[in-house]
Amino acid sequence: MYQVENAICAFCGCVCDDIIVTVEDDRITQARNACLIGKAWFLGHGQPQDLPVVRIGGQAASLEDGIDEAARLLVQARYPIIYGLSSTSCEAQRQAVALADMLRANIDCCTSVCHGPSGMALQGIGEPTCTLGEVKNRADLIVYWGSNPAESHPRHMTRYAVTAKGMFIPNGRKGRTIVLVDVRPTPSSRAADILITPRPGKDFELLWALRGLVMGQKIEASALEGSGVSLEQLSDLAGRMKACRFGVLFIGQGLTQTRGKHMNTAAAFLLVRDINRFTKFALIPMRGHGNVTGVDSVMAWQTGYPFGINFGLGYPRFNPGEFTMVDMLSRGEADVALVVASDPVASLPGVARKRLEEIPIIALDTHESETSRMAYISFTTATAGINVDGTVYRMDNIPLHMRKILPSTFPSDQEVLSRILTRVQEFKQ
Amino acid sequence: MTRILHGEVYDPINGINGELRDIFIRDGRIVAEDPDGPTIDVSGMVVMPGGVDMHAHIAGPKVNIARKMRPEDHRRQVYPRTPFTRSGVGSSVPSTFTTGYRYAAMGYTTAFDAAVPPLAARHAHEEFNDTPEIDKGFFALMGNNEFAMQRIAAGEHERLRDFAGWLLQATKGYAIKLVNPGGVELWKFHNNVHTLDDEVTGFGVTPRQIIRSMADVALELKLPHPVHIHCNNLGIAGNWETTLETMKTLEDRRGHITHIQFHSYGGTPGGLFHSKVVEMAEYVNTHPNLSVDVGQVMFGDTTSMTGDGPLGYLLYQITGRKWVNVDVETEEGCGIVPIEYKDKSYIHTTQWAIGLEWFLMVQDPWRIALTTDHPNGASFMAYPRIIRLLMDREFRRECMRTVHQKALVKTTLPDLDREYSLYEIAIITRAGPAKLLGLKNKGHLGVGADADVTIYARDDDLEKMFSSPRYVLKDGQILVEDGQIRQEVFGRTFYVNPTFDPGIEADIRKHFENYYTVCFENYPVQLEHYLPNPAAVSCGT
Amino acid sequence: MPERKLIMITGRSICQGTGISNGKDLEEYVSATMTLELNPLDLERFGLQEGASVRVKTVFGEATVICRSEKLPEGLAFMAFGPTVNRLVGGETYASGMPDTKGFEIELEQLD
Repeated sequence: MYQVENAICAFCGCVCDDIIVTVEDDRITQARNACLIGKAWFLGHGQPQDLPVVRIGGQAASLEDGIDEAARLLVQARYPIIYGLSSTSCEAQRQAVALADMLRANIDCCTSVCHGPSGMALQGIGEPTCTLGEVKNRADLIVYWGSNPAESHPRHMTRYAVTAKGMFIPNGRKGRTIVLVDVRPTPSSRAADILITPRPGKDFELLWALRGLVMGQKIEASALEGSGVSLEQLSDLAGRMKACRFGVLFIGQGLTQTRGKHMNTAAAFLLVRDINRFTKFALIPMRGHGNVTGVDSVMAWQTGYPFGINFGLGYPRFNPGEFTMVDMLSRGEADVALVVASDPVASLPGVARKRLEEIPIIALDTHESETSRMAYISFTTATAGINVDGTVYRMDNIPLHMRKILPSTFPSDQEVLSRILTRVQEFKQ
Repeated sequence: MTRILHGEVYDPINGINGELRDIFIRDGRIVAEDPDGPTIDVSGMVVMPGGVDMHAHIAGPKVNIARKMRPEDHRRQVYPRTPFTRSGVGSSVPSTFTTGYRYAAMGYTTAFDAAVPPLAARHAHEEFNDTPEIDKGFFALMGNNEFAMQRIAAGEHERLRDFAGWLLQATKGYAIKLVNPGGVELWKFHNNVHTLDDEVTGFGVTPRQIIRSMADVALELKLPHPVHIHCNNLGIAGNWETTLETMKTLEDRRGHITHIQFHSYGGTPGGLFHSKVVEMAEYVNTHPNLSVDVGQVMFGDTTSMTGDGPLGYLLYQITGRKWVNVDVETEEGCGIVPIEYKDKSYIHTTQWAIGLEWFLMVQDPWRIALTTDHPNGASFMAYPRIIRLLMDREFRRECMRTVHQKALVKTTLPDLDREYSLYEIAIITRAGPAKLLGLKNKGHLGVGADADVTIYARDDDLEKMFSSPRYVLKDGQILVEDGQIRQEVFGRTFYVNPTFDPGIEADIRKHFENYYTVCFENYPVQLEHYLPNPAAVSCGT
Repeated sequence: MPERKLIMITGRSICQGTGISNGKDLEEYVSATMTLELNPLDLERFGLQEGASVRVKTVFGEATVICRSEKLPEGLAFMAFGPTVNRLVGGETYASGMPDTKGFEIELEQLD
């Protein structure tokens, strides 16, 4: 039995790095300090998987055969797409982009169905933001818009935002006002001083009106009709936002995934930008899954763009709607899919799933999933952050180094991708 | 084993000024005479050590968010994949592979990132590992570090020194960088400093104290490069006084004032500014403890990216263009805004002229480096054009005819006839920066030096000549031929290993518990993992 | 019988999150991702019982779910992300890359 301290949980964008992991008899039995979801991640991944390292067409095969066949498939494909990458290390993500470049393939990550719209707002407007420690140390007003942190990022409120005590907020919760804007009550609601409940699909209008109020424009009450929010509520919020010392707006999928998408995030980004005329205000997208922030970062430094990238002309091109996974699959475009650390068969809309049923899938995953079951070639890989060292990025772009806690007989995503890359190179010569 | 024969060699560190000499390389180093080995005949060509860029923004979180922010800039310049190179993009904020290839294709073999927040040092190293060809390193930001400021306020100089030593070790950085010391901390509540004696509210220190203390720390730690300072009040009319005060604060301590062009403005805040280079160059000329790099502005669209958060906001207010601000907990910050310098603008012409005035008025080329503060003043790809401006008086005059004339005549540029020689260019683009950085095996072609060699075919158009070297060798390997990449290698990462009293760690740990959101144990960069090709540069001697 | 139409919000939940790691085949995840939460008044209005099996339809597809009453505004329904609810989501992203996973209309059909 041994313990590993300061272990890093890579399930959600909080990337808590204070977990104390206990290993007994080759499995993780405890993950102290982790939230429920984090505990499940450590325990779920910290045990041997009873799966073959490779299956081809449902039959167990060797790693070499799997790599060979995967490389062959990819080289022969006319329009291969690489997707996923959120639950793996940056080291693996870098290999995936290298592979896409070599294959002149398409590569997209979970960002496109999560905070792609936030990335698009950044492209148009910029982003006044900060790291989470600034929230802990300075924020006296926190607004969660379209986010349910109690269930998506359970330690967010205690570790970084609501109750955390900091240099200029020594009283923690008492030194803050918490506002929650969501279309429905959630377990997060009880943390709020102020609850605002818009009707679905009205976020853009509300953010735009809020921006107007902040800028001193006259907004008619009738403009908010049907929004579920009164002018009084919005005016009050505008006043608080301007009067705070350091405000932070956390935006969630409630903005990115609803009517408006990148227009919603653009409105939020513009609002926060404009409040900076009056006081300090920052915005942080509540990046959700694992190392999705890492894959954005890797893609951006290697190609210039954060998601939805196509190498078909020999250099990176970016176009959401054209090179993003859901669109490509919905239009029946990809003819081979390499899915890494993700389960799109289960997580994408039905029409996208339908295309995945029609084309050969090469899947790399730590556990069995609908995607790995449907895959023509399925690799079982070791978990980054539990079986393998690797880099992970927190939602605020802070990089941390995950250490290996427990050995695994399975290869890492990085190793598999790197070997596929080498094999592809050999085939092309 | 390679022999480079019959070239016209410019190796200022070894006093070689255009002599016809042969260069011999074995195992990646310059060696004395060797009769054997493959030969490259470079008759009629100019041979210099590989270029050394001592101040650019090429890796790390600030650069990467700028990449994310500028898809339109990427589309202007795309680089398809070749058998030797990864594909990439970028005009002002190139992708990492492109950054390495473009530097090499221009004959530069070493480059330093000027400003990395320690909390994200790992990110800079990851990007370096995807930046081919060049050797690299970065400067670690410390001028707004809350722990450091607390030590200074308490008069705990030894503990400050230990902290700085610890921080450089933890980040695997190369030097101490100050950016708007004190001001970026205040920006976190929307304030700034305006003079060297303004108090950094809540910390009881002034910029002057930070500058002096850190300058001493750099000397005491025996770092190869002295404190590297981005002065307060960058870009503000009248800031020349702040810069002069900063230089005076250093007294006779070694210090490097970076992108000094942006800090040379007379006038009053809010108004038009004018050049104060005459007065300032006089000071630099008479104070051998100081070195500068220019931060030359060139006309065109580029991206401003700086650790100076409030400056970023100011640029957003002036230009109205998109704006990124990132405040990094307890440490630093940054601001990013696209910017276009126009030749018909009074202000931009003044900036352009000021930069050239600096080059032409500083007498000792060993203490002035050629930079554009890439990409703030211009992309590093503008260096060949700047070289032509410095060497070719007629070309300079031609360019002067296209700028804002009223602004131009307020500067002394029209009266400056000096032309740089190849020898002097070799100093300001390789020999000088290498010496200033304390890199003993760079910037020269003496025995024992790293075999980084750039060979230019002579051309009357000096911009063309310096844009497209005939050969570029790195550690004796030919990377570039005729401006084309022929091989991809990955270079070293330079870092320093200063000694410090580990007793400081207990205090740092407490600071982490109180104010950081990452654990102390998880902060230091893991050498084996993030520096696959580490090159420690010793502190001392 | 009134039209059994609601606006669907999909999102994360604790059990959906833990279920991802514990195993998507296990009861915890299956139950979490097959449950439709709605306001008790809507349940009543539609003549449905707590725990009833219901077919949910959109223009894109249909799925069988179990009803549960929860604190939600009337007219809204919630389901956790998962393969069940994805049957109901379309692939149109309006050039954003992002499909409509929140705020789309669903219709309920009682199953016996």
